[in-house]
Amino acid sequence: MRREDAMALERSGAHEPPRRPASPGPIAALLRHPRSDPPAGEASYGRVAGKGVDVAHGVVLYLEDISVRFDGFAALDHLSLAIDAGELRCVIGPNGAGKTTMMDVITGRTRPDEGRAWFGQSIDLTRYTEAQIAHAGIGRKFQKPTIFERHTAFENLELAMKADKRVRRTLFARLDSAERDRIAAMLERVRLAHSADRPAGLLSHGQKQWLEIAMLLMQEPRLLLLDEPVAGMSDEERERTADLFVSLAGQHSLVVVEHDMAFIAKIARKVTVLHEGRVLAEGPLESVQADPRVIEVYLGR
Amino acid sequence: MMLGRLYGAKAWGAFAAAAAVVFVVVPVLNLAVPASSPLHLSAFGVTLGGKIMCYMIVAVALDLVWGYAGILSLGHGLFFALGGYAFGMYLMRQIGADGQYHVDMPDFMVFLDWKTFPWQWWNSQSFLWCAFLVVAVPGIVAFVFGYFAFRSRVKGVYFSIITQALTFAVMLLFFRNATGFGGNNGFTDFKRILGIPIATREMRMALFAITGGVLAATLLLARFVVASRFGRVLAAIRDAEARVMSCGYDTLWYKLFVWTLSAILCGIAGALYVPQVGIINPSEMSPANSIEIAIWVAVGGRGTLVGPIVGAGLVNAAKSVFTVAFPEYWLYVLGGLFIAVTLFLPEGVVGLARRVRRGGVR
Repeated sequence: MRREDAMALERSGAHEPPRRPASPGPIAALLRHPRSDPPAGEASYGRVAGKGVDVAHGVVLYLEDISVRFDGFAALDHLSLAIDAGELRCVIGPNGAGKTTMMDVITGRTRPDEGRAWFGQSIDLTRYTEAQIAHAGIGRKFQKPTIFERHTAFENLELAMKADKRVRRTLFARLDSAERDRIAAMLERVRLAHSADRPAGLLSHGQKQWLEIAMLLMQEPRLLLLDEPVAGMSDEERERTADLFVSLAGQHSLVVVEHDMAFIAKIARKVTVLHEGRVLAEGPLESVQADPRVIEVYLGR
Repeated sequence: MMLGRLYGAKAWGAFAAAAAVVFVVVPVLNLAVPASSPLHLSAFGVTLGGKIMCYMIVAVALDLVWGYAGILSLGHGLFFALGGYAFGMYLMRQIGADGQYHVDMPDFMVFLDWKTFPWQWWNSQSFLWCAFLVVAVPGIVAFVFGYFAFRSRVKGVYFSIITQALTFAVMLLFFRNATGFGGNNGFTDFKRILGIPIATREMRMALFAITGGVLAATLLLARFVVASRFGRVLAAIRDAEARVMSCGYDTLWYKLFVWTLSAILCGIAGALYVPQVGIINPSEMSPANSIEIAIWVAVGGRGTLVGPIVGAGLVNAAKSVFTVAFPEYWLYVLGGLFIAVTLFLPEGVVGLARRVRRGGVR
């Protein structure tokens, strides 16, 4: 059975909410037919996405009843969560609440035991590899800054940049002036222009965090997952990071996992509290902070 | 300009000097200078030089996967030997009826009382077919092995051990007479290539020069690969593979490409080695041989491309001296060298030279 047929069958399952009949497996179409109908001005980047993610209903990510168990321990317990397109969502919760596991599921690192993760209307993320999901337009920043320490800051952005990332293309790829300008502009935006040609390993901790955020942005993701983005940053750096995130919302959808409540207060519109693998509370920061169950989880026991 | 991107002016100067030695100085000293002159270069010297250049090609090939992609292969001798055997088949067919038994069939087959060629020898009288096999056999073996190893995410020391096991297993296979490649004696007593006698001075010099040309081409190709964006992705895989995947690269194909390319280069080196040395047998696939290749790269400096060439030259020159002077101690010297380089010269001879030039050793 071809994958498309299999997906179509899946789709007809009775328990699922009605969805538009996206017949040619959406990521498959995105990945396999790079030259089909390239949008104007983007012809050179064929197979990468952003385009093709169907957010017609205003939802960019919908986690549907996701469960992940590790040796009987439920890291995620029938978690359901929806993120709107262009939203900046903060996710908080005590240690072990399942925040990182949730990100692992979205990025294809962990396969859920139950449930589905929909990217837009039609892409079931649980069926794809990490690389395919990254191509489809989901970028992730890890807790520890992971950059390529021996490459320069410029090269880090070059490697991250949205492009055709198959072997043959990268062998002969050359940066054109528009791409150079984009990289330079991004370095400017995260205040690393003066460090462009230094090995990234020599940057300060805060600068590394910024470089990694810049790398994510170079991929032009529709959805950005940020795991403790301001850990180890100075107050001034936090301030600037907050400004950056707020400026990104709208064009991108952001999910920020953070412990630092002062930072959350600066950027938060809607906050989700996770506890023991499920959503405990959701809403504006003030109402969440006033919720007795949240207070219980954070202060009780 | 394309070449200008690969190396700077100084490096091209050194490249031209090396080319002049291989293509002008050595031929003149060997062919034009009379044998009575102290400047005359003997046939032995030419053959030794050609042999070492074959090793240099292998060292560059290993550096591509080890120095740039972080994949340490301890089985590169296998690909070298496969290329050697593929071309060796052609050389055996070129002996024709001039063997011991004066039958148009390799001696070992007559000895084993075989009446027809086994299937592996199909079309082996064709130079072009065997040249194709030189590339195809190591390439396909590497591709299939690499696909399964990389897909299963076998890494680091586990990968190295599997490559050792692979070359050892194939060596045992080739030791068997029934495998059809002359058992433990392998192939030898070559007479001709393309109908031209192999033992003439001109033929030896031609092989030497061709090897030099292939070495130069290998270096430039490897340089092109590592200087491309592909090369930067490769180095990123070496340093943080998970991050490369989350950038949207499918690292399997990157590793597989460079791995297969490396194996093909080894196969070509093996094919050039066999006619110059005059013999190929399963001991080329012994685990120790493959480890020695890694030592050349470590001594010269991995991740530098030029370093492995220097390392292969230095270690083999030392080997030539030691195995004559103190043959029983060579393996100890080799082991000691490896330990010393690992401890004191992590970047090899070339890394040390670069540090000295930048001023201040540590």
